[in-house]
Amino acid sequence: MLWEAVRLAVQEIRRNVLRSLLTVLGVVIGVAAVIAMVTVGQGSSAQVTAQVESLGSNLLILRPGLPVMGPGSRPDAPRFTLGDVAAIRALPSVARAAPSISSAQTVVFGNSNTSTSITGTTADYLELGGWVLTTGRPFTATEERGGAAVCIIGQTVRQRLFDQIDPMGQLLRIRNLSCEVIGLLQAKGASSFGQDQDDLVMMPVRTVQRRLIGSSDVSGISIGLRDDVSTARGAQDIDALMRERRRIGPGDEADFSLTDLKQIAATLSGISTILAGMLSSVAAVSLLVGGIGIMNIMLVSVTERTREIGIRLSVGATSAQVLLQFLVEAVVLSVAGGVLGIMVGLGLAAAASAFMAIPFAPSAAVVALAFAFSAVVGVVFGYFPARRAAALDPIEALRHQ
Amino acid sequence: MDGPLIEFRNVSRRYGMGEAEVRALDGVSFSINRGEFVAIMGPSGSGKSTAMNIIGCLDRPSAGDYLFGGVEVGRQSQEARALIRRHYLGFVFQGFNLLDRTSALENVELPMIYRGLPRAERLARSRAALARVGLDGRADHQPAQLSGGQQQRVAIARALAGEPAVILADEPTGNLDTHRSREIMELLCALNREGITIVMVTHEEDMAAYAGRLIVFVDGAITRDDRRAGGV
Repeated sequence: MLWEAVRLAVQEIRRNVLRSLLTVLGVVIGVAAVIAMVTVGQGSSAQVTAQVESLGSNLLILRPGLPVMGPGSRPDAPRFTLGDVAAIRALPSVARAAPSISSAQTVVFGNSNTSTSITGTTADYLELGGWVLTTGRPFTATEERGGAAVCIIGQTVRQRLFDQIDPMGQLLRIRNLSCEVIGLLQAKGASSFGQDQDDLVMMPVRTVQRRLIGSSDVSGISIGLRDDVSTARGAQDIDALMRERRRIGPGDEADFSLTDLKQIAATLSGISTILAGMLSSVAAVSLLVGGIGIMNIMLVSVTERTREIGIRLSVGATSAQVLLQFLVEAVVLSVAGGVLGIMVGLGLAAAASAFMAIPFAPSAAVVALAFAFSAVVGVVFGYFPARRAAALDPIEALRHQ
Repeated sequence: MDGPLIEFRNVSRRYGMGEAEVRALDGVSFSINRGEFVAIMGPSGSGKSTAMNIIGCLDRPSAGDYLFGGVEVGRQSQEARALIRRHYLGFVFQGFNLLDRTSALENVELPMIYRGLPRAERLARSRAALARVGLDGRADHQPAQLSGGQQQRVAIARALAGEPAVILADEPTGNLDTHRSREIMELLCALNREGITIVMVTHEEDMAAYAGRLIVFVDGAITRDDRRAGGV
């Protein structure tokens, strides 16, 4: 009997394809939105997680000033020097420390040029930042000490300047400096903030300091702690060292800040999950509206098919069977909408993931939940019209035209 | 089983309350035996349709007993009365009452779906019933593609396919011309000869003449109940 009801429902829906489609549009949009939001949200969380994993363990970033922007921040806070880097590297709890100094420059090759960020640093920076070279080599100690005119470029810069040409060994011009390309970085894609991480050129820190900026400042220090040292312990050591070097008392406000990247990543991932959840709940309202749409059209359908209900009752259908028939029809309708919505949602999520360069991470649990939810919508909003159909008086129903 | 198939014992049916009360049936008693062909006549508002609805378990008496096969069914639940319709009754209506946009075959199949018969058997019996009413070639036609007479024959096939004890025909020829009406009546007579009890409401003397017994209702009461030998 249930199977007959399903067959009948499908038949009835196919009889009014356009109307059925419009009826379930609300459910389609609701389910598609929820699926797309959650899938994209999970994709970006997965990406943040992957980025954190790529960052090696126990990574701290030391920056001048306070961590927060606004009234508390100190733009005039003194920067670091290579001496600070050497002192930190000498700490027993620290495995590596790499300076970084950035400068926005126009990079020229042949007829092409692009604006990019030049990062002055050392070979350790590649290790700490999880950078992989697809070809070439990192800076040598000699190049770092001597401030040699060599550089490693990101994929975006390669695309903009070299197109099909092999960049290795070519000379880039940055202001009046000619600089040989010795390495090419593997693409990292967009950061959690949506910034293109591959739009950069790395050079030895001294080269940037002397030949491009003309100062001995270092704007940030990336620090890798030893595996057997806790982040808290390492941070404490670095804090104590920097306070000593800068003569800041233990209780006084520091003019530098230490950030644990993992913590930031966890926060970011949490934010994207919360955001996806909130957007999903907004989208769920559309499911509710979709359910009301189904109820509306089912009520119309019951009125339209009053005579049919009369005929069915006269040939021996019980009220329960009439109820079941209309309920099944509503459920089939909304489940069809749900399935359509799942497909549309996954399609949208796939497109958005490709566009935002984040992994496409569809979740079976979410798909199953959306499917179940659309079925529930059918039952809840189909029940009232079905009750009305079942309660019809057969004599009245047969007389209805 | 002995005794009458259908029996009314002092059945009344009232609509409305107090001053506005209408007595559609007022203490009616009669019985119909197995194999009878009964025509019910009467002016509109005489109670003949009400009596028909009660026989068909679509309506219930306000007072009195309605016995079907010796069992009181007038006070049974809606559910139980649906089951009596399903297993013992077949309806033929003036307006045919076929499902639109549904083939003749599927229309005939309908009652058997509710009986829970397997599909193969339903189809076989539907085809047989359509053949019985002379519509073998029209199984795939939808009601809109059939003439009035053909639609009514589909409706009879639908009533027939369930192998009912009684066919209840409510003005079965009301929407048909004389020629088609005669065809339908002859079909009903043939079915009656095969043993199916037929109760028919009509307002046409010509059609009533086919029946073996005539019951006339006036103002909610029976004024005439004639048995004839065999009808036409």
